[in-house]
Amino acid sequence: MSDRQKIQRLGHQQALVRRRLWMLASVLAIMLGGLAARFYSLQIGQHEKFATLAHENRVQVRPVAPVRGRILDRNGVTLAENRPSYGLSVVPTQVRDMPALLVALDELLGLSAAELAQFAEQRRRPRRLHESIPLRFRLSEREVALLAVNEHRLPGIRVQVKLLRHYPFAAQFAHSVGYVGRIGTAEQARIAAARYQGTHVIGKSGIEKQYEDQLLGRPGYEFVEADAHGNRLRVLQRQDATPGSDIQLSIDSRLQREAHRLLAGRRAALVALRVATGEVLALVSVPSYDANLFVTGISHADYDALLAHPDRPLFDRALLGQYPPGSTIKPLFALAGLAGGVVDAATEIDDRGKFQLPGELRIYRDWKRDGHGRVNLHTAIEQSCDTYFYHLGHQGGIDLLSDYGRRFGLGVKTGLDMPAEEAGLMPTRAWKQTARQLPWFPGDTINAVIGQGFSLATPMQLAQMTANLARRGHSIRPALRLPPPGTAAVREQLVDLDPAHWDLVWGAMQAVVHARRGTAASLGRGMAYRMAGKTGTAQVVGIAQDGEYDSAQLTEFQRDHALFVSFAPAEAPQIAIAVIVENGEVAAALAAPVARRLTDIWLGHAPPNLNLEARGGL
Amino acid sequence: MDSDFYRRLSEWATPGDSSRRAWLVQRLHLDLPLLLIGLVLFAGGATVLYSVDAGGGYLRQQFVFLGLGLVSMLVVAQLPPDLLRRWAPLAYFGSLGLLVVVLLVGVSAKGAQRWLDLVYLRFQPAEVVKLALPLMLAAYLGDRAMPVRFHHLLAALALLALPVGLILLQPDLGTAILVACIGLAVLFLAGLGWRYILAAALTLPILAGFAWLRLLHDYQKQRVLTLLNPQEDKLGAGWNIIQSNIAIGSGGWTGKGWLAGTQARLDFLPESHTDFIIAVLAEEFGLRGVLLLLAGYSLLFARGMWISYHAKNSFSRLLAAALTFALFAYVFVNMGMVSGILPVVGVPLPLVSYGGTSLIATFITFGMLVAIAREREDLYAK
Repeated sequence: MSDRQKIQRLGHQQALVRRRLWMLASVLAIMLGGLAARFYSLQIGQHEKFATLAHENRVQVRPVAPVRGRILDRNGVTLAENRPSYGLSVVPTQVRDMPALLVALDELLGLSAAELAQFAEQRRRPRRLHESIPLRFRLSEREVALLAVNEHRLPGIRVQVKLLRHYPFAAQFAHSVGYVGRIGTAEQARIAAARYQGTHVIGKSGIEKQYEDQLLGRPGYEFVEADAHGNRLRVLQRQDATPGSDIQLSIDSRLQREAHRLLAGRRAALVALRVATGEVLALVSVPSYDANLFVTGISHADYDALLAHPDRPLFDRALLGQYPPGSTIKPLFALAGLAGGVVDAATEIDDRGKFQLPGELRIYRDWKRDGHGRVNLHTAIEQSCDTYFYHLGHQGGIDLLSDYGRRFGLGVKTGLDMPAEEAGLMPTRAWKQTARQLPWFPGDTINAVIGQGFSLATPMQLAQMTANLARRGHSIRPALRLPPPGTAAVREQLVDLDPAHWDLVWGAMQAVVHARRGTAASLGRGMAYRMAGKTGTAQVVGIAQDGEYDSAQLTEFQRDHALFVSFAPAEAPQIAIAVIVENGEVAAALAAPVARRLTDIWLGHAPPNLNLEARGGL
Repeated sequence: MDSDFYRRLSEWATPGDSSRRAWLVQRLHLDLPLLLIGLVLFAGGATVLYSVDAGGGYLRQQFVFLGLGLVSMLVVAQLPPDLLRRWAPLAYFGSLGLLVVVLLVGVSAKGAQRWLDLVYLRFQPAEVVKLALPLMLAAYLGDRAMPVRFHHLLAALALLALPVGLILLQPDLGTAILVACIGLAVLFLAGLGWRYILAAALTLPILAGFAWLRLLHDYQKQRVLTLLNPQEDKLGAGWNIIQSNIAIGSGGWTGKGWLAGTQARLDFLPESHTDFIIAVLAEEFGLRGVLLLLAGYSLLFARGMWISYHAKNSFSRLLAAALTFALFAYVFVNMGMVSGILPVVGVPLPLVSYGGTSLIATFITFGMLVAIAREREDLYAK
């Protein structure tokens, strides 16, 4: 190959590569143009969409939980409040190794099986990205310090101050005020999720449940700038939460706590009503339980212990307990007899301790074996003579009795502002036909007239009946929430009776307390006012026809319940009280003194006992 | 206008007079346009890097890499291209050796072994291949007849297949395709016949289908699927692309301002200082900034092509063009992946992304381009 040919070949090669270079350069230019077009499309064409997405990335809307309203007694004493408390929660998205973290936390704090189970359950629920899950609600100062020291090796944990519901009197208002607890799955489905943003608890019972809507408040919102790991950097905008309203109750904590103290160790219930307004002054059921246990989720062990307790502390006897009213019903049926023309003030019988229906063999005995001798209506109430009322009931008939009973609130819910209440039972012919498929027998009336047999009433109903007597036949719906000042109570007239009848029955009820032979005669000693009262005994087990009640042969739970109802002062009644002591046997000895003590305090004749411990036991 | 600009620039850099400045440039073997564009791009990258460098020391480290890169460039620039041609096999087989070593003792990241852990820096041998393969192919084809003959083509393809196969074993599909493209570009420049190109265009889809069914790892398939529909898997594989698109798109025309990119600074953007740094730039400086960057790269590629166009012989022409194309490929693949038109392949943006291997390799590329450019000027000087 000559040099000339060589140069020519090299020239060809140069031209070839240069041609290809131009082609390649053109392709590259087009591809760069394509890149530019792509960025143009993203940055100009779709800018708004991506700007919005970037904003949503960065700004998180966080709910601000409202502060729950407090619950106060009528004097402003706090019954339920919110206390700051350190809590431990975990942000799962920031935890690299969850089992290891839980083991480490267990070594530091000693996690219970219940806490771990609850945590695991919450982890399964859907939640927002980077949302924290509570692990322990209450940390001691020592635990807070332990966590602070070890925080560096526990990524994903949060120690936060939160407001926790607290009940300063623990057990004494557990049945009336109730408690809050974690929102359960069923509740989750029912509530308006928007109002519970950031709130983990809901009223579970009592006033906490009844007035949930007012106590809850409305959540606020925080617009927070957060990074990709959920760390909050700063608050951009904030709308404060509206705190829940305080609820003031008509309950007088002095009366409530005194009742608890006096009834401690018993199974008992007490309801005190203000006669003029229907305000509930005390609503007591003992034994009780520490409401604070439920706030953060009660442990299985604690809950099982409460459930298995023979005295049933979780059971609200005042509203749900249904007892035979016993002789406490006699003043009401005396009025029925007077109004129905069955008896009058002068009607007398000769009581030999027995009563037999015409043509029947069965003997109905008086509680006093040999009878009371000659008895009129006054002495029949004063000494609680059963035989007199057997006559009255037999002649008046069940229709008259049940009509009066229902008018005065027996067998009917009182309409109290609480989530649950039992209706009791005032038997009628129709009821027996429906419920038992049996006709009404005359003997049923004999049982009913002394408040036994089918009759059942809650302590609340007995208090309402007594208040209705104290209002001379007017009813006011009882209420736990204190009405605003100046609100007139709505009174409903139940019966329109001759005042002489009222005077007669009231007088007899005063004799129960103040007369020498009254069934609660010892109670009236040293009393600075006059009280109208009535004792009662409710049989728990039936006594055989010829049998005799022998306390010694019965177990504790088979003994009679002791009841007492009263209102005072008799001239212008202010407070009506019903007390029942389960298996307490002797009304005058056990139930009546509690009623007197509360009446003394309410009427200002006795200083309230201020040495009570703030935290009542069970 | 561009060529005029370059003419004036090269006149300024050419020792037509005996000014001290020109003497220095000549003695040090510098190509001022290349160096200038490179430094401006680096400065842009450093500005963006500062924004996402939360006291992590990346920026300081990057300047150390810059120093190493400049020294490497100066050293390589002193070598006569003929020496490069003769050493090409050494570099080529050396890089193959490194690829074997990385398979044996490499550090794994995300299911693939790519890194060699040296004392000072982690080192990615694929970056060396990126330089050694164009060198080898240019050396081989530069001596042969053009247009390339069939048996030469087969030999060249074999030279290409070795490193590509080793990279596939890591496995790193993206880099393998990238390296293959660079090699094919050399073949194209060497005058590969159109019928070969047509045949390849027809058989490649079949090969791709086979690869999809038999060769690709699950995570690689996932990447391709994610590209097709990033919304499918918002918190998983699609997260990177969604977040980078949000960052880019929310930047708009003007951007959110320096240090004000929320996507980048609040950590929504992954790998914001390395592979996804262009998204930070797009977010903080907007389309304006992106277009400026593209303009800078265009000048860089144009200078590279210019050097190739005016190179003395086939080897130099092919080498300069191939190196320029490699730079382009990295830029295109990186920006394409971050903006969501290409699958996520771990490819840095030359001169802008944080990372020593990439930066030093880029400056070595510059050094080779300078050496080629000098060769021609030396020729003129004689």
